[in-house]
Amino acid sequence: MSQDASTRRNAAATEFDRRDSSWWTDRIARTVVFAGGISAIVFIVGILLFIATQGLEFAATRLSWSEFFGSIAWRPNGHPAEYGALALIAGTASTTAIAMVIVVPLSIGAAIYIGEFARGKTREWLKILIELLAAIPSVVWGVIGLHVMGPLMTQAFGVPSGLNLLNAGIILGLMAAPIMTTIAEDALKAVPDTYREAAEALGATKWQVVFRVVLPHARPGLSAAVLLGVGRAFGETIAVLMASGHAINIPHSLFDPVRTLTATIAAELGETAEGDDHYQALFVLGMLLFVITFAINVTADSIVRGIRRKKA
Amino acid sequence: MDSAASAARPATGLAIEARGLNLWYGKFQALRDVNLQIRRGIVTALIGPSGCGKSTFLRSCNRINERLGYVSTTGTIQVLGHDIYGPDVSPIQVRRQIGMVFQRPNPLPLSIRDNILFGMRIHREEALHRAEADAIVEKSLREVLLWDRVKDRLSKKATTLSLEEQQKLCIARLLPLRPEVLLMDEPCSALDPEATRAVEDLIWDLRGNYSILIVTHNMAQARRASDECVFMLLGRVIEHSRTEDMFVTPQKTETADYIEGRFG
Ligand SMILES: Nc1ncnc2c1ncn2[C@@H]1O[C@H](COP(=O)(O)OP(=O)(O)OP(=O)(O)O)[C@@H](O)[C@H]1O
Ligand SMILES: [Mg+2]
Repeated sequence: MSQDASTRRNAAATEFDRRDSSWWTDRIARTVVFAGGISAIVFIVGILLFIATQGLEFAATRLSWSEFFGSIAWRPNGHPAEYGALALIAGTASTTAIAMVIVVPLSIGAAIYIGEFARGKTREWLKILIELLAAIPSVVWGVIGLHVMGPLMTQAFGVPSGLNLLNAGIILGLMAAPIMTTIAEDALKAVPDTYREAAEALGATKWQVVFRVVLPHARPGLSAAVLLGVGRAFGETIAVLMASGHAINIPHSLFDPVRTLTATIAAELGETAEGDDHYQALFVLGMLLFVITFAINVTADSIVRGIRRKKA
Repeated sequence: MDSAASAARPATGLAIEARGLNLWYGKFQALRDVNLQIRRGIVTALIGPSGCGKSTFLRSCNRINERLGYVSTTGTIQVLGHDIYGPDVSPIQVRRQIGMVFQRPNPLPLSIRDNILFGMRIHREEALHRAEADAIVEKSLREVLLWDRVKDRLSKKATTLSLEEQQKLCIARLLPLRPEVLLMDEPCSALDPEATRAVEDLIWDLRGNYSILIVTHNMAQARRASDECVFMLLGRVIEHSRTEDMFVTPQKTETADYIEGRFG
């Protein structure tokens, strides 16, 4: 190789790796984004480890699992202390279930209206409204449950306490509505318009298009929406603490007060001494919540991924 | 549009008649004073450079244009002698009588069988009996020469078929409703030459039983596969004549220019 050619190549090389401002911007942006991404993983794993280790010693030795899952007696201050979480699990399950019964038709209906019927301004306004709904802090929902829904319920149904399963279910349902509506609407939007056009060209009415073409095709996305809503209702704490009556109880009617896993943790953690059995038992509840929420979210996520892959 | 009239199917008269048709997308006027008479029982090709309004005209004939909220129309279109823009006409009923085939095959995300039966199911009050449904599926698929190829996989998703088969299926699914008129918007443009040939042959076979209005960019196809030809330019109809006449002795210079490939 001649001297000449190699100098020319060097010149070209310096030309190519010039570190100008865009090189630096790119480099910095990449580092920041990478750090952000990594820190999310670090946090998740960190939290998981924290929760797991806080309750580990108790869970591995003194906790009776048959009592934990089989007894409704949650008496951490009793003699002897009892740690039956069944009523708390039932409380979480029942409030979530009531919330879903209320919110699934509401949200899917809203998504259908926004996605398939509303046009122009109406549609934009509705979407903004739903986003605003998502921005209401939980404690405000709790206050609504405590001071609005509660008295309304005693008046309307003549029940002794307005703070009960139904109240908590309604509040949770309303809280889960925005995410469910938004995701459901995305699912409807992902149905190619050519399907609607094809069906309409065959003389289908709007409703027939929705029920025979759009909904069946959007079903996976709609399931994901419902699951994310479940996750939302499930993990909610302060609002449900305020609206549910917070009584340890397996509910037999809509008007029975209940207590959830989340509310128990929030209410009791302050009265424990770090590391004692009660403290550790609450972390076992936390672990249970974590596992279930994680499972729900992973399922929802894999459904959404499945849809994307099918589209691609 | 009662069933007695469509059952008789006289091969004379007009399938589509547009009078003074203007159409706007918002403020943009896409059709200008279109007057057209499309005869029954023949294949009429609609040709013209891109953007001249061919699809727009076609999509006015079954009012599918109205899916877009910002379309406005003046003038009239009569299909089989009935004003489809009349005050108490519902687009649903109109579309039932007029089948449409799109540029990209668009089978519904259902099984082959359910695609064929879709039209029936949405228009009939009473449920279809299994035997009756089977007969309809077989007849429709035979008519588009698809039966032997798909008869063993009727419950498979229609989207698993090849494009050619999908397009034939899209034609087949119109047939159970016994439409009088078929509108086709460049039905072969997504197909390879061989498939194009096959679908064209099919269209030709359907002639006589149906009045077909077909948009095409392909001069050879228009020439091969149509009885009459309409040439459009900038939203207007420039010339409408028998296909041989248009290709051999075009009356207007624009037509001649277009056919000879001097623009568009
Ligand atoms: N949805 C729409 N909104 C606004 N303008 C439109 C719309 N569809 C079509 N147009 C305009 O109307 C005119 C006619 O369009 P049209 O699709 O009917 O043309 P075409 O003859 O079918 O063209 P091509 O051969 O490319 O399919 C074009 O100028 C186009 O830009
Ligand atoms: Mg077109």
